Amino acid sequence: MWGLNLPVVLVLAAIGGLLVWRRAHTLAWLLYSLVGLWAFFKFGFVVPIPQSVATIYLAITVLALVAYASSGRERLAETVQPIKRLILEPRHRLALAGLLVALPGLAAYNAYADLTMPLEAPGFGREIHPPPPNELTVHDETIDMATAENPYLHYKHDDPELYGKHVENGRRVYYENCFWCHGDGMGGDGMFAHGLNPVPSNFNDVGTLPALQSSFVHWRIAKGGPGMPAGGTPWDSAMPAWEKFLTTEEMWDVNLFIYDFNGYEPRALGQH
Amino acid sequence: MNRNRILFGIGVLAFVSVIVTVRLGGFLVDNEYRQPDRQVAAQEEQGEAELTPRQQGIADEQAADEAEARARPYEEAEYRAVPFVGSRVTVWVLAQLHLLFAAFVLAVPLFAFIIEFVGYVKKEERYNKLAYEFTKLLSVSFSMTATFGAFLTFGLIILYPKFTNYLMHIFSPTFLPYVLLFFLEALFLYSYYYGWGKFGPKMHLFLGFMLNIVGTAIMFIANAWLTFMMSPGTRGADENGDGVPDFVSAVSESGALLSLRDAFFNYTWMPINIHRIIANVAFGGSIAAAYAAFRYLQAKTDEEKAHFDWMGYVGNFVAIIAFLPLPFAGYYLAAEIYAFSQTLGIQMMGGTFSWLFVIQAALIGNLFLGANYYLWLGMGRMEGGVHFQKFIKWLLIAIALCFAVWATPRYAISSVSEIAAMGGSSHPQLSYLGQMSAKNTAVNILILSTYMSFLLYRRTGRQSIHPHRDLLTRAQAIVFSSAAALVIFYGVYGYYVDAATRIRFAIPQVYSVLAALVVITVIDLPLYRNAAQSGETKWGKMPAVSQYALIFIALSFTWLMGLMGYVRSGLRQEWHVYGVILDTSPDAYTPTLGFATQVVSVTVLIFFGLLGVVFWLSSLGGKKDWEPKPVADGGGRLEGGQAA
Repeated sequence: MWGLNLPVVLVLAAIGGLLVWRRAHTLAWLLYSLVGLWAFFKFGFVVPIPQSVATIYLAITVLALVAYASSGRERLAETVQPIKRLILEPRHRLALAGLLVALPGLAAYNAYADLTMPLEAPGFGREIHPPPPNELTVHDETIDMATAENPYLHYKHDDPELYGKHVENGRRVYYENCFWCHGDGMGGDGMFAHGLNPVPSNFNDVGTLPALQSSFVHWRIAKGGPGMPAGGTPWDSAMPAWEKFLTTEEMWDVNLFIYDFNGYEPRALGQH
Repeated sequence: MNRNRILFGIGVLAFVSVIVTVRLGGFLVDNEYRQPDRQVAAQEEQGEAELTPRQQGIADEQAADEAEARARPYEEAEYRAVPFVGSRVTVWVLAQLHLLFAAFVLAVPLFAFIIEFVGYVKKEERYNKLAYEFTKLLSVSFSMTATFGAFLTFGLIILYPKFTNYLMHIFSPTFLPYVLLFFLEALFLYSYYYGWGKFGPKMHLFLGFMLNIVGTAIMFIANAWLTFMMSPGTRGADENGDGVPDFVSAVSESGALLSLRDAFFNYTWMPINIHRIIANVAFGGSIAAAYAAFRYLQAKTDEEKAHFDWMGYVGNFVAIIAFLPLPFAGYYLAAEIYAFSQTLGIQMMGGTFSWLFVIQAALIGNLFLGANYYLWLGMGRMEGGVHFQKFIKWLLIAIALCFAVWATPRYAISSVSEIAAMGGSSHPQLSYLGQMSAKNTAVNILILSTYMSFLLYRRTGRQSIHPHRDLLTRAQAIVFSSAAALVIFYGVYGYYVDAATRIRFAIPQVYSVLAALVVITVIDLPLYRNAAQSGETKWGKMPAVSQYALIFIALSFTWLMGLMGYVRSGLRQEWHVYGVILDTSPDAYTPTLGFATQVVSVTVLIFFGLLGVVFWLSSLGGKKDWEPKPVADGGGRLEGGQAA
């Protein structure tokens, strides 16, 4: 459900319910919040969330918990009272000794885990959407990248029949030229995809087509890998410069088709 | 033999070794090889100087260098280098320090004037005293601003002479008015500060008003110089009829000036003006609050503590009130950058610099958290403050959730295995939180939550005596809940509509929040007028941690200014003037984000070091005068003592 790892979520919810039922102390709630959220970020998603994002979330959690515990004299006193009792009262000596062993042990385990982390190639530092030029010249026609839109997009409302013809033409162009790499479902998983680095764009991804103006997509289709600016390096895309093989109309049509196929609208001018 | 003797012996031995080495070197040089031929002997007999081969070589080299220097034609240097640090970092740090002090000097008169005006209208002396306390910080800060301004100017002339000359070619008509305004600024500032209590209140308020007018005009001129570097052109008529105004360049392709007016009133000039005025007030308020915190922690008497507690509260209040509209001003600036150049826009929000916006989100989240935390601690000032403590938990959960949403990147920094698991750089679930719909919702709820904290703080220890208090309180709750529901509704609905519609949802979200703030305030004023107090407000009874929260807020504001200043300036990348004058110096590359944040951090540390000096100098006025310390030495003489 929603990409969550249900057993983990249920266990965490059950512990939370137990704390409510037992009317747990503030300190117990703070510890539960910290450890529970750590476990949720680590194991709570079917697709694990990246460590960098989990670190941001945990830092926010720690700040919020410290702010809560110290947001009033009475609350602070109440929060630290069990800690004081643990340290000062002789009957808790065994628990204190356990804690004194456990805390350095936890730090040692953390150091061990950091040092034995499996080696991996460094992350992909390439810019996914390198900045386009201000103007684009394709087949002797220059367009302003900031304001240009797909010239056939307005047919969607003005003349749906004509729009359909352009989309059909785009479909033909796509399945004659593009699907080899971008795949028949546009998932970036065509039959040649495994041999390419960087991999072909996944047009199903919510972060790709909706984030781009149609002029950007036109630029990428027309100029391909050879027209990639420095930000797109070090591995130049294998995408051909399609202006050498297709007409301008065919390129706008295929542009229209990939948006239409995935049910996305191009990013609007001035949207951030 | 004891340890001291051994150390002394080692010291003597080291000293003797140095002397012996130097003497030996001198001896070898003095007794180098000389030609034993008759010509040399003859020269010696005639009293001519004898040159050894080494000396001859040195003399020849000097002569050759001199001849070369005389023959060298005059060439203008394009760039000069600074060893180790580099020209770019030198100018960067100087510009940032100048800007931080300038922002403070421009902001403090703004709210000092308003506080003085409030005191004048309400006839309460304490406001006048508070405004004066703020103004005390101005004198030294003004000198610091001027010093770093001179540093920066010389830095630019020395390190970037050709480019500085180019800027003079464009903007030379603006320099003299700038200097004149600077002179007037000094005149009004010092007459405002030293004339406190010496003029009538209306005259003094006039001086404060003029100080603000002149200061703002100075900033507007300087903003033209820097915004021109980013967007050297302005909007023209829509001649091609595409609904978007055409771009009119202020300079030719080679950089020659076409229109000073277009260079001055360029695309980003007004957005920067607005953004800076608001940000300056927020920053100035936070620094003044940090000063109050510094003095509070030093205070010895209850009276001092009460005064600086109140000052810290007012400074922080000013900072937060100014901070609330800042995201909208930032949005306007970003929209204008995008309108000027899509390349710059994508570079900023989707390219190299986009990760700095995640850090920005983290810092702004910290600011919201810090501001709320200070208000919650402030409830402890009032007797009967326990009543509202139970709401803190829910406010904190709302703030932390919004903070997390705002800090969620659209494309996370991931390892190869994480990318493989996600099937791309965006997480299938979390990437929804990285989109504008989620972020607009988060920031609006953050603003509402902070306002709620302020309302609770205002009500702590007070009981409304208004005849319709229940009705009015319910009305406030309905307005608040409706605004929150509307913001969340548009946030969620934004995922189900096309991009062009989604972008327009930001407007009702903002307006509903602003309307809620206004309506709730309008209801709250009569509701709590002459309210019954369950106990008095105990100024000066705040725990020390609250004062560190104020310093933390000031530090976050400063860091944020440094960081976003870098984004604005660094966006130009390899251009001095974007698209016109290329930077061909060795420093033209864009530094890594890590390096940039380190430079910002070091600059902030230097600024706070200097601020410590400003605080110390400003607090000297309140100390007792130095007096000779009487020492009874039997002869009745007085010996100089130390300052009390």
